[in-house]
Amino acid sequence: MAKSHRVIVVGGGLAGLMATIKACEAGMEVDLFSIVPVKRSHSVCAQGGINGAVNTKGEGDSPDEHFDDSVYGGDFLANQPPVKRMCEMAPGIIYLMDRLGVPFNRTPEGLLDFRRFGGTKHHRTAFAGASTGQQLLYALDEQVRRFEAEGKVRKFEGWEFLGLIKDEQGVCRGIVATNLFSMEIRHFRAGAVALATGGPGMVFGKSTNSTINSGYAAAYSYLQGVKYANGEFIQVHPTAIPGEDKLRLMSESARGEGGRMWVVRDGKPWYFLEDMYPAYGNLVPRDIATRAIHKVVYDMGLGINGQSVVYLDLSHIPAETLRKKLGAILDIYEKFMGEDPTKVPMKVFPAVHYSMGGLWVDYDQMTNIPGLFAVGEVDYSIHGANRLGANSLLSCIYAGMVAGPSIAKYCKNIKTHEDEVASSVFDSAVAVHNRRVDYLKRADGPENSFQLGKELGEVMTRNVTVTRYNNKLIESDAKILELMERFKKIGIADKGEWSNQSLHHARQLYTMLQLARVITIGALKRDESRGAHYKPDFPDRNDEKFMKTTIAQYKAPASEGADAFFGKGSEFGSPEFSYEAIDVSMIKPRPRKYDVDKKSS
Amino acid sequence: MTSKQALVEVQIRRQEKEGAPIHWESFQVKYRSNMNVIAILQDLQLHPVTSDGRKTTPPAWEAACLEEVCGTCSMVINGKPRQACTALVDQLEQPIKIEPFSKFPLVRDLIVDRNRMFEHLKTVKAWIDIDGTHDLGPGPRYSQELALDRYKMSECMTCGCCLESCPQYGQDTQFIGPQAINQVRLFNSHPSGAMNAGERLDIVMGEGGVQDCGDAQNCVKVCPKHIPLTESIAKISRATTGRLFKKIFG
Repeated sequence: MAKSHRVIVVGGGLAGLMATIKACEAGMEVDLFSIVPVKRSHSVCAQGGINGAVNTKGEGDSPDEHFDDSVYGGDFLANQPPVKRMCEMAPGIIYLMDRLGVPFNRTPEGLLDFRRFGGTKHHRTAFAGASTGQQLLYALDEQVRRFEAEGKVRKFEGWEFLGLIKDEQGVCRGIVATNLFSMEIRHFRAGAVALATGGPGMVFGKSTNSTINSGYAAAYSYLQGVKYANGEFIQVHPTAIPGEDKLRLMSESARGEGGRMWVVRDGKPWYFLEDMYPAYGNLVPRDIATRAIHKVVYDMGLGINGQSVVYLDLSHIPAETLRKKLGAILDIYEKFMGEDPTKVPMKVFPAVHYSMGGLWVDYDQMTNIPGLFAVGEVDYSIHGANRLGANSLLSCIYAGMVAGPSIAKYCKNIKTHEDEVASSVFDSAVAVHNRRVDYLKRADGPENSFQLGKELGEVMTRNVTVTRYNNKLIESDAKILELMERFKKIGIADKGEWSNQSLHHARQLYTMLQLARVITIGALKRDESRGAHYKPDFPDRNDEKFMKTTIAQYKAPASEGADAFFGKGSEFGSPEFSYEAIDVSMIKPRPRKYDVDKKSS
Repeated sequence: MTSKQALVEVQIRRQEKEGAPIHWESFQVKYRSNMNVIAILQDLQLHPVTSDGRKTTPPAWEAACLEEVCGTCSMVINGKPRQACTALVDQLEQPIKIEPFSKFPLVRDLIVDRNRMFEHLKTVKAWIDIDGTHDLGPGPRYSQELALDRYKMSECMTCGCCLESCPQYGQDTQFIGPQAINQVRLFNSHPSGAMNAGERLDIVMGEGGVQDCGDAQNCVKVCPKHIPLTESIAKISRATTGRLFKKIFG
């Protein structure tokens, strides 16, 4: 019998855990890497629920209807076949999660309950209170622990992915990783690698993302030749609680359960979403709601008490109902704001939330590097120009379910086992990362990487989110280049050889700057408005020119070589852009409007 | 408000690594309304300077979600084990004293290694023994009442506050603590999980199990998610007694 292959999964959120489980079930052994214990992954932050057309409310819902809502909600930018497949698998995925013990809310008959969410007219969202992501993550975490107890999974928690290892043929053969406590750097061989490292929220400084979501793994892979697709499509969630340290999500489920958004106009409450979008009201998709809030606050000057906030009001709904269905988010609001949302309206404002773009993958979740797969938010494949609420938990589990068997199939056809690959391939990869750490240990310039990161976040949030102007995008790119220059003069006061967080942050920051350029220049080049990407100077969708996937590939300058990061060269590499046709063969593109009922395909 | 009042006084316990000397550093951070302990620690990353103007390294600390669902940013703040993200400056006496948990191996400054908690979950088999993840149709039906009870227990984010506060728990003791016992109750209450209820009870009947609880009831007071931990311990304790009788008398 042929020697079996190990699989590496990087990231232990929903997508990574599902890929791990599927790989184990296919008879493979998995090395699972995560910077935090996997149970603390960012999936915990998903609140509202998971979509699947189980149709228990007699509304005539179906996977086809879910598919149409998702493609329409994504403003016709996604390749349609994987979206269709995901929607078809969705009811089975929800049943599976129920079998795993997720405490979903239930109907009087003991069946799964479903609630409404944005961009649909159906009750399609299964939920466990208002911490559904946490509960789904725990269920998969438990199953992976079961495999771990059986010896099929080795966990490397507290380890950070540093880079891919490619052989001479350009095939992915493993990774370099570092222990964040001991700072040991070593290589790991594998038949295949799956990145499940989530989104790049920290590129925008404050967002709804966890602080661990730097986007480093995706960004570094891009520097190593992986295509980055649709980077400019960043979802800004309409309702978050502004905060000093982060912008905390206030789930769309608040509106799904009847929450209304309003401001004061002419001395009376004005329910602006209901007024502007009578067909969908408070449950328009996120990009629409976010732009409406910006209009009300910035253009009309109707922010509450002159501040950049609007009301999200639940106080008309019985408190007991709210506690059962939304308890977790009510607690968050009360703990951080000191007010009870069952009694007074919440004050909210939009915040960066999700990246529709990510690493390019084929329909088997494999990137353009053979042997490298990507799953979950880090892959670009499902959500087009705007993600519908409660489709992210679904797409993460879906991607993991697809990737597991794809990886097993890929590994069957590997000709040279990873253990037979010359050790020089691995040693030279480790040497690159050792040199980087040595450089950072010596760095004694005047710049603080946390300060550079803060400035990056500010410029990205100001210019590359809700409303985009080309001159501002050009300005932002210049600012990013300035930050890259200043990165050369970085200083790290902490000379600790143990759990040195300043050093870890600096290492991440360089690649975050590179990824910020992919997002910014991608937005600059797309002269149209589609989903979350909105340019007032180009207000219409332009299907002829832009119904295409944006592909960014890194082009390193000759002087850079493997030493990119040391600031030796005077020039920086840049993204090169190309555009790939998409498959719209299943649902014919049509204008997207939420003031009137959707015309079905 | 004078400029003096606009500063937040903080004291942080510093330790390079396990066994290294311990010292305390004092800091002053600019006050902003609604700020939490995380905002203080973020400020120190930008300006790692002590109250007496000495340059230092930013304290090492861990955080992730910052909305109290991930369990990462556990620290002892003014003597109480809790999450730093929900520790609002306005509600804390100053100087704010921040220390790492004491019941786990220290990594650096405010970071400890809580891996042992996940080992406890393995010990008590905190999972449902499913046949596989292939499509097998809907799960078992159960009531909304049970779903709500299970949800409450299932909110445990393995933060470790209960263990930090428990007199019976420590690096030198066997007791698996309230969080793992609560998981036994969670899985034994699920229609499929109940099929392995006896196995889980046998595990917590042994050394380090439920009988090691000293009934101090600290756990339930510090749990940030208000999980009824003492109720879980009492229920599992009764269930183990019942099982023991059944084993003896058939």
